[in-house]
Amino acid sequence: MEVLVILVPLALGLGLVGLLGFLWSLKSGQYEDLEGAAWRAILDDEPVPERPPDHP
Amino acid sequence: MQATRDFSHYVKDLGSGLSHIDLAVEGVSCAGCMSKIERGLSAIPDVTLARVNLTDRRVALEWKDGALDPSRFIDRLAELGYRAYPFETVRAEAVEAENARFLLRCLGVAAFAAMNVMMLSVPVWSGTAGDLIPAQRDFFHWLSALIALPAAAYAGQPFFRSAWRALRTGNVNMDVPISVGVTLALAMSVVETLRHAEHTYFDAAIMLLTFLLVGRYLDQRMRLKTRAVAGNLAALKAETATKFIAAGEIAQVPVAAIHPGDVVLLRPGERCAVDGTVIEGRSEIDQSLITGETLYATAEHGTAVYAGSLNISGTLRVRVSAASEGTLLAEITRLLDNALQARSRYVRLADRASRLYAPVVHATAFLTMIGWVLIGASWHDALVTGIAVLIITCPCALGLAIPTVQTVASGAMFRAGVLLNSGDSIERLAEVDRIIFDKTGTLTLPDLDVVNLADIPADVLDLAGQLALASHHPVAAAVARAANSKSPLVGAVEEPGQGVRGQLGGKQLRLGRPSFCGAEQLADASAGLDPEASIVAFSLGEARYLFSVRQGLRPDAGAIISALQKRNITVEILSGDREPAVRAAARALGISEWRAGMTPADKIARIEDLKSQGFKVMMVGDGLNDAPSLAAAHVSMSPISAAHLSQATADLVFLGKPLAPVVAAIDFSRRALHLMRQNLWLAVGYNLFAVPIAISGVVTPLIAAAAMSGSSLLVMLNALRARRVAQGRS
Repeated sequence: MEVLVILVPLALGLGLVGLLGFLWSLKSGQYEDLEGAAWRAILDDEPVPERPPDHP
Repeated sequence: MQATRDFSHYVKDLGSGLSHIDLAVEGVSCAGCMSKIERGLSAIPDVTLARVNLTDRRVALEWKDGALDPSRFIDRLAELGYRAYPFETVRAEAVEAENARFLLRCLGVAAFAAMNVMMLSVPVWSGTAGDLIPAQRDFFHWLSALIALPAAAYAGQPFFRSAWRALRTGNVNMDVPISVGVTLALAMSVVETLRHAEHTYFDAAIMLLTFLLVGRYLDQRMRLKTRAVAGNLAALKAETATKFIAAGEIAQVPVAAIHPGDVVLLRPGERCAVDGTVIEGRSEIDQSLITGETLYATAEHGTAVYAGSLNISGTLRVRVSAASEGTLLAEITRLLDNALQARSRYVRLADRASRLYAPVVHATAFLTMIGWVLIGASWHDALVTGIAVLIITCPCALGLAIPTVQTVASGAMFRAGVLLNSGDSIERLAEVDRIIFDKTGTLTLPDLDVVNLADIPADVLDLAGQLALASHHPVAAAVARAANSKSPLVGAVEEPGQGVRGQLGGKQLRLGRPSFCGAEQLADASAGLDPEASIVAFSLGEARYLFSVRQGLRPDAGAIISALQKRNITVEILSGDREPAVRAAARALGISEWRAGMTPADKIARIEDLKSQGFKVMMVGDGLNDAPSLAAAHVSMSPISAAHLSQATADLVFLGKPLAPVVAAIDFSRRALHLMRQNLWLAVGYNLFAVPIAISGVVTPLIAAAAMSGSSLLVMLNALRARRVAQGRS
């Protein structure tokens, strides 16, 4: 059962990382446009044609 | 004088040589639009960011300071097929957005804590009979406390604050029993942990908060969405005014950038966007949106004009006044203040329920404790049982019963074209048994329409429409709209105050006053047939035609009135317009009760009279003169075309030309109220089942957790039924 001393803090640590990740994503505005974000994942399939560089 | 468009009011300077603007865009509905707009705008040189928000239908743009004019973006979007207009976030929306973010943060913290505490609780529940030794159990309890206490202190804030606000004003709301239950559960669990006891309730308390936060967040999201749509609609009205920036120089500026004291130019056919006083010029103005009166009024030096007035014939210069200067506005503001004070006395269903619920639950818990002491249990055991009663009755289901239904119902109403201004309007709307309609702009459409199209040959209408495009007069504009004309007749000349004339194939064409077209006899013959209509004559060579132009009834008004009457709702009209006009509309719609020539005070008096007879009155109106009666009524509704003040006062706002959203709103709200009551009874039924178990003292944390989540899920699923109303009733 001594293994709990390692496993429990590890589990909590992982949970905490998840929570911090969530708070970060919230702060960086990733929940502002849920509909658009869903579509953007698909849009990446057709790449934007690069504009030709100004100097060859 | 050609006016330039000036959007500098909306441009934010981000520093480091970058500028930012937000645009509301109409018609963005799919991923295709999104990439089309973003690519189209990014292709403009110097643009550094073009990002579409598909949820809010907005575009954020950033560009390098310099030669780029923001109106270029709007033109580019117009080329792509989207109507757009700069947008300024109003304070109310910013507050709602901040609340939504805070609730989501609380929800994240609570969900994290609930999952981790549950991870520790499951071994305790399943391990007590097996190989978990007491020291390990204590260790798990301590860990649970370490997670649950700070998480509850943070995530419980929305409830604690609201409960504290209610208690300070001597009230009880649903958050009071929630806060008491959570706090006592946590406190008892800490004490039990210290005593090395078997049962703690950290998991139940934190799970309760998580469930309730889900409900709160969904509710807040719906409200935010409504605000965002209302904000876009307001922006896309694109209200601008032509302002004098120097003696002879004018610019088209957004209304938000106009200040008292500015002088604006009002040309024929334009709707005034500001309140003010005429300082130069003479014209007829249509004030029907403000007073309901469809007869034109004369405006000259010193006449007060209000936002929403339509200028008909001449050009006016108007000095913008502060809102309180106008006598009409001052009177309306005074009536409005009185009415609003009276309305705040309504008590929501949820608060009525918690007024009953909180004392009963707290008394039961207390009596349980006393009862156990009397039959010989120790004070400690009695206290634990008493708190277990509080935890099991802690209104998880009750706290969700009403917000979830409200969220689902307001979503359904939103899709039907109704926006909610206030949260409790669904409950009040469901009780309505009498509806008062304003006539002008509510039963009728705010724009003019040609009503005798059937009498005019198609080719004549086409010619008249082409000629009409040369004029700014609103009546001519109605003819052009009716004919669906695109290109004006070449060489047409407008004679101010008379009409337009032109030539086609050697024939003289004239559109305007009957005298201008030589059609007096024809006009005299038809005079008095329709008291509300304006007559415009058209001469084509020797032939003479008359167009009858007026505000038409909303397309489905008749059907909607009879649908309302079928629902046992009495309908009546209170209008500020003249008697013949109101009588004609009432007869056309089959409404037997109507009153004409009503002042704002008269309308309020009539509403108060009906209220004292016990009727639940809904007022549907749009004019500035309706604002006080909108506030005085039990519940109120405005079309989106209504005056600003009326729209802000109304509980609900409906979109589009048809009147159908009025019936839809009533159906959805009745259904929602029914489900709210049903949910409350479900919660009560759950308590009747669970409380005896709690009183008998056999509740374990496992039972508490299962009972709580079970009842919450039941209530949430039941709420989903608010999405549909029974078919075939309309």
